[in-house]
Formats: sequence, structure tokens, C-alpha cells
Amino acid sequence: MFKYAESHEWAKAEGKVVTIGISDYAAEHLGDVIFAELPMVGKVIKKGEKLIDLESVKAVAEVFSPVSGKVVAVNSELEANAGLINEAPQAGGWIVKVEASDLGELNALMDDAAYQKFLATQH
Amino acid sequence: MKKLMPLLFEMSSAGRTGFSLPASDVPELAIESMVPDSMIRKSAPGLPELSEVDVVRHFTNLSLLNHGVDTGFYPLGSCTMKYNPKVNENAARLPGFARMHPEMPEKGAQGSLRIIHDMDVWLSEICGMDRFTLQPVAGAHGELTGMFIIRAYHLKRGDAKRDKILAPDSSHGTNPASAAAAGMTVVQVASDARGNVDIEDLKAKVGPDTAGLMLTNPNTLGLFDEHIKQITEIVHKAGGLVYYDGANANAIMGKSRPGDMGFDVVHINLHKTFSTPHGGGGPGSGPVGVKKALEPFLPCPLVVKDGETYRWDYDRPDSIGHVHSFNGNFAVVLKAWSYIRTMGPDGLRAASELAVLNANYIMEALKGDFELGYDRTCKHEFVLSGSKQKKESGVRTLDMAKRLLDYGYHAPTVYFPLIVEEAIMIEPTETESKETLDEFICAMKRIAKEAKENPENLHTAPHTTPVGRLDETLAARKPILRWKKEDNA
Repeated sequence: MFKYAESHEWAKAEGKVVTIGISDYAAEHLGDVIFAELPMVGKVIKKGEKLIDLESVKAVAEVFSPVSGKVVAVNSELEANAGLINEAPQAGGWIVKVEASDLGELNALMDDAAYQKFLATQH
Repeated sequence: MKKLMPLLFEMSSAGRTGFSLPASDVPELAIESMVPDSMIRKSAPGLPELSEVDVVRHFTNLSLLNHGVDTGFYPLGSCTMKYNPKVNENAARLPGFARMHPEMPEKGAQGSLRIIHDMDVWLSEICGMDRFTLQPVAGAHGELTGMFIIRAYHLKRGDAKRDKILAPDSSHGTNPASAAAAGMTVVQVASDARGNVDIEDLKAKVGPDTAGLMLTNPNTLGLFDEHIKQITEIVHKAGGLVYYDGANANAIMGKSRPGDMGFDVVHINLHKTFSTPHGGGGPGSGPVGVKKALEPFLPCPLVVKDGETYRWDYDRPDSIGHVHSFNGNFAVVLKAWSYIRTMGPDGLRAASELAVLNANYIMEALKGDFELGYDRTCKHEFVLSGSKQKKESGVRTLDMAKRLLDYGYHAPTVYFPLIVEEAIMIEPTETESKETLDEFICAMKRIAKEAKENPENLHTAPHTTPVGRLDETLAARKPILRWKKEDNA
């Protein structure tokens, strides 16, 4: 199940490993992504810390980690084709997988229904 | 894509030249006897071979495709693309200035030193500061210089822990970038519903680690912050300094002064506010002014006047040092000197008044056709939103900006500031007539109408420019950065 942060990242847990990307909404608003600077596998990150910068034709956006833990995989396909983030932000355009140190942190995120409601309040 | 104009490389014809050299009257030496083998290229450089007329036509035709403030209206928000009077160019071309060597002894450079000294005094008066350096050569360069000065001030006081710079979410991207480049950590401050700095958020974020706040006023929304004195006071009380980004100073010349608002460091963009040419890569000039307490940290050297004589003052032990070779872009400073002398205090004040009037005139005329992020009297620029068009017909701000090119205008700044969705940032400046503004308003209204009636025409715009819609994404993802013979054989 996808869970969402107010800063428009999604997180999806399978066991202790949480896949992270940006939401459809974020991808549409960012415009065509041209570069994703991926972190090193093994990087330890805290919830709310900056994970990466995404550069689009319009802007550079920061992507924050919705969960604390250790990066165990990065989507290296983004290196050659960052446009995957626009094509399928919540599937093939995933960014990293993090081994979560506290899965309980995910409870603070919104489920799909709550996120849609949250988006309706955004201009 | 249709090939608009061949490159010089493509026009090249073997053996054609644009010059003839006289026969050499010194003995010829083999290149191997002078240059190490590793440094001798193995194949010819492949320079284009052309006649003089080929080259002249090529560049003349290219220049005819350009859009500049000398050819048309240029409402590029945040950039102050005012007309630059030619008398300023005449001043900069006077041989006594143009041929001056930067190492000329003081005695032979009194006129040039006077220009720098005058500008120090005048900019100080206009901005309400105590001393200016003319070295920085761009706005962002001024910001970086200002950050170094702020850091030097705190370090001199033994207050080394102050390493955080606050900047509002409406700030120019260069603000956080300059602070980061100077080794500071950037903390973003929110804007309130009226486009001002959110006072509560500011109060929550200042503290003993605050080095300073960077603020543009009026800000990038074209709005004068209604709590400016309160803001500078909050930062000062926390022990921080306040930096004024002068990008929008064209709105306030002779009306209000950053120094009186409580700012400690200021940069001014001579290439915006003081009418030196802007665009095409410069050259720019971003003088930095400070209050008395920060004067010792200014870049070295400064010009001082002893009686009737001007000299360089290098004896400045607390200075952050040079920030540019020689004395910055002196010719640009000279053009701004000429502008200030031409305008005088009343002229500068009138320029700001007209810049503000022109912006409000367009804003009022267009606010029925486009959404307006913040419906307040603006200063020299304002920000519309294309969100209504996007919602109603899928026409985006980018499409409308492209369509404006068909009407013969340079597009406004789009998608900035980031806090307005589908932003369209319009700055007409004071140098445009009411007729020009009316024609532009008319074009914008027609585009708003087209968005409803014929959105497809906007999706594919521009239609009358030498090249049509460019694939900006492909250009960014797979840039071709240089011409290679192999690729074009």
C-alpha cells in the first residue's frame, strides 16, 4: 500500500524494505525531470532529511526521506533516463529502497484517501 | 527542424580566406624545434575557411534574429529590462576612460578614481548605507561578497557559531545558492497570505545560530513587505544581520532606502536599476554597500579622497580581500555614473514612480483575464498565474509565453517565483509608453481568449518565429554542446 508525505513522496513497505519515490501529483507539477542525483547504497538517512535533488526543466526540487534507515538499492535506470519519474512515478520511476530502522514511522504518513483529500486543499 | 542558417563550419570551402598575409621576412623554423612533440596536434584544427563577406553576412543575419530592448518590449520580470540611453555608451567610450590601464599610477588615473569614489558616495546616499565597494560584477557576486562580509563580522566578534542564513520561500534562487557557496546553511522562511514574510515563522527560526536574513524588498512577487521594520528588528535582536538583495531596487529609488529599513548589507544591480546593458551575458556590476560597523570588512582596496586627490586605500587589515581582478567592471560603473548624472535625484525618483505605475496599469488591466496570486497594489512588477487557463483548457503558462513571441514580445519570466502556480512575472519598467503597454495588454487578452477558443494553437506556438516550439526537455536531457565534423558528415 502506498503511503504519502505532505512533501509528496510515497513510501511502500515490503517487509523491512521501503521503496520511495515521488507522487503522480509531484511529478506532474515538477515537469519533465532531466536529472536525478542518486545517493550511494549504504547511506544512512533520517526521516525528513534530504534524500536527493531532482532537476526538471522548471526547477530543482528536494526529495525528503519519509522514513529513517539505510539505502539498500537505488534505481540506476534513472541515471540514463530520469524521465521514468514522469512516465511512471509510482512504478518504474521509483528512486531508492531503504531498509527502515523503524517501520512505525510509516504510520505518520497519509494513505491514498487522506492524500487525495490533502491534495484538494493545495492550490 | 528546418535549418535556419548554416553554421560557419558548414559554409566552409577549402582554401577560401578573408585575408592575405605578406611574405614572411624572418627565417622559417620547423615547429618541432620549438614545441615538444606531445603538444603538437596531429591533425588540422578544422577551422572554417571563409571570405570576409561570408562572415559579415553570417553574423549580421544572426543579429537580425535577436530580440533586445532596442527592438521591442521586454517584460522579463525580475530583470528590469529598461531601455539603456546611448549617452551612457558615449561616456564609456571616451578614450581617456576606455584606454585607461588598470595598473595606471594614481596620479594618472584621477578621473577614473573619482568615478569610483562618486559612485561609492552616491549609491550610499541612494541606499542609506555608509560605504560601497564597486568590485563585484554581478548580483549573485554581490550576494557572495555580502555573505563573506557577514561571516567576517561574526568571526571578528568571536561569534563563530552563527552559520545559518534565513531566506524566504519567495527569494531568488541565487540567495540560498550564495549563502551555501559561502559555507552557510540555509533555512527557508515561509510567506504569509499577503505575500509578506511570515512573522511567526521568522520568529520561530531566528536564534543564536542565525548569521543573517537575505531579503528582497519589494520581493519577487513585486510586493513591498508590510512589516519590514519589524522583520529587521527581529533578526537584529537575535544577533543576526540583514542582507538586502537589490534586484528590485528599481521600485524604490528616491522613495525609500534599505538602510532606513534596517538592512546592514546591500547589493545593487547596476545592470538593472542603473540602466547599464543587461542580457547577452553582461557584463554586469553588483556593488555592495554596508553600514559603518561592517566597513572594515569590505573588499580591498577602496578609493579615498584626500583634499582634492583620490588614492587607493590598501591598509584595511580586516578586509575580506579582493573579490575580483582589478576594480570590477569599471566601464559598467562609468555608464551607471552617467545615468545617475543624467537623471539626478528627481529623475531617479520619477523613474521608480513610473515603473510602479506601469506595472500596476498592466496588472489592473489583466486581472480579469488571469488569476492574480496576491491582489495588492504591486511595486515595479507583479505575478499572474496561468492556473485558470490550465484548469479550463489545459493551456499552460509555457504555451502562453511561447505565443507571446508571435506577437513580437519577449516572454515574461515564467514558473518563478515557485510559490505561485504557473507563474507569469511581468515587469514593464519605466521606459515604456502607455501605447506600448496598451498593445501588450491587448496581446495578453487575445491570448487569454485563444486559450478558451483555440487551445491547440497555443500548444504548438510559436508559429511566426524563425524556429517553432523547441524540445527543451530533449535539449536538457541530451544536450549537443559542440559541433563535430564527424556527426555532420
